[in-house]
Amino acid sequence: MLKSESLAFTYDGDHEFRFPDIELQKGENLLVLGESGIGKTTLIQILAGLLQPKSGNVELNGTNFQSLSSKNLDLFRGQHIGMVFQRPHFVRNLSILDNLLLSLYLSKNKQDKKRATELLEQIGLGKKLNSKPDQLSQGEQQRAAIALAVIKNPDVILADEPTSSLDDTNCKKIAALLKEQAASTNAQLIIITHDHRLKSEFKKSITL
Amino acid sequence: MNIRRLSWQNLISNPLSTILCLLLMTFGVGVISLVLLLNNEVEQQLQRNLKGIDMVVGAKGSPLQLILSTVYHIDNPTGNIPIEEVNKLKKNPMVKSSIPLSFGDTYNGFRIVGTTHAYAELYQAKLKEGKLWNQTLEVVVGNTVAELNQLNIGDSFHGSHGLIEGGEIHDQFSYEVVGILEQSNSALDQLILTNTESIWKIHNHDTDDHVCSDPDHHHEHEEQEAMITALLVKFKSPVGFIQLPRKVNETTNLQAAVPAFEINRLISLLGFGAQTINMIAIIIMIVSGLSIFISLFNSLKKRRYELALMRVHGATRWQLVKLVLQEGMLLSLFGTIFGLLVSRFALYAMSLLIDVNYSFNSIHFSLIKEELWLFPISLFIGLAASLIPTIQTYNINIPKTLSNE
Repeated sequence: MLKSESLAFTYDGDHEFRFPDIELQKGENLLVLGESGIGKTTLIQILAGLLQPKSGNVELNGTNFQSLSSKNLDLFRGQHIGMVFQRPHFVRNLSILDNLLLSLYLSKNKQDKKRATELLEQIGLGKKLNSKPDQLSQGEQQRAAIALAVIKNPDVILADEPTSSLDDTNCKKIAALLKEQAASTNAQLIIITHDHRLKSEFKKSITL
Repeated sequence: MNIRRLSWQNLISNPLSTILCLLLMTFGVGVISLVLLLNNEVEQQLQRNLKGIDMVVGAKGSPLQLILSTVYHIDNPTGNIPIEEVNKLKKNPMVKSSIPLSFGDTYNGFRIVGTTHAYAELYQAKLKEGKLWNQTLEVVVGNTVAELNQLNIGDSFHGSHGLIEGGEIHDQFSYEVVGILEQSNSALDQLILTNTESIWKIHNHDTDDHVCSDPDHHHEHEEQEAMITALLVKFKSPVGFIQLPRKVNETTNLQAAVPAFEINRLISLLGFGAQTINMIAIIIMIVSGLSIFISLFNSLKKRRYELALMRVHGATRWQLVKLVLQEGMLLSLFGTIFGLLVSRFALYAMSLLIDVNYSFNSIHFSLIKEELWLFPISLFIGLAASLIPTIQTYNINIPKTLSNE
């Protein structure tokens, strides 16, 4: 269960972002809509434990982020939170498969090569296991990025504008894939976007 | 998958900058290592020929020249000395033993030395074939001389006058080979040994017959007085070092030189050159450190997002620090290892080229003590080069890096 309460954040002290409270049960998805500059990325970074809010707190499965040391928060994030970014990013010198294994290594999970291979086959990258990220098309990269986020069975998947640079067809595909992967690992999915095309895909949504 | 594999992967994914860093490090380490090896080799070679010779007595002149000509046979002698004076010196109570040397002739560029059996014993020379000389005009040849001139027992040859090739041939007398020495990695390998009387016989005869054209060659023997070129002396006790050389130099027409002093002087002169080369090599190593720094710094600029991503996946600061540090250290470590290999290869190649005239047969391919310093030095350079990139990595601002893309 993910819960955030009275979150506020400021970059320079003048302008303060205030965010609505979020409460999400296991298996639930949430779409957060908002225009540019309204603090979408800030919210997702707070929810991921990357930014310290000025006030309020975030809790995942009963663990309050503020109670964790910075080192433990890194590990907690690695183990429980999967992130998908607007533009897919990888460790460029490693193959897609090795990127997945590195993610498992860093979050202290077992480096299950079989599972990683199955996951990539499942999302249609079975033939690209040993390709470097640069050798993939943009659609493939975005799918691989989702695989990278879900490989360690996170409790929450946080997606920051995952579809905004994609055309309608790919946008639908990626949204479907995210939902499907979240469902298969029983994770909560939060998508933050200005992309209104996604509105019809999600039951629960809030607007910033 | 782990941090070490990732470092490795990063290095081989940027072959050009990796090779540049490695080449510079290899070159720097290689030059220093080669200088150290050569120094070591030359010193050993010098010391090997030196053992058992406490003092050399010869004609007045440069003491270093006297040592080089009589101990190493690589310079012209300072002149000849009368045997009477030598005999007086031999009676000195501080002299334990002495070996006379007489030069003057060569065969195909190899020196013919008139001496006693003690000279061969000095270097613990063993006979490969035949026996030592007993009669006048019998010779025993060094291993290299025998091989290069294809001399065998029973062969005879004429010596030529002077210490350089192309002198007048002494065709009245011929030497006969009675023995061949085993390789000893000392000066003996390059020499032809006979007794002192052989040299006297040939030259006293010569002076009756014709005039020698070699102006460098001293003709004291024209006065029909017995001469030798030098006397190698061993003292009874170290007190001799203090008293005898000074006594000889001050009270006689002879010159006494202590090889140990002269060779130390020579080594320190060579050492100065070696130091200069080492300085240049250190500069190359520093440049290689700089290139490691630039290559890490550049790749880090490109990889900032990657590092932030790894933090998102659960990497700690220290894991990333380890990643960057490892890349710098791997470069300097491999550069050092390659450098040490390259210097050995170079030494081997050099030994093949100059083996004919100088024996490098006992090259040391194992690490020498001084070379061990190269490891901490190059690792320190690698560490220093990685320092700034490492600090940047440690302090990476994840949210800012992620949202700036």
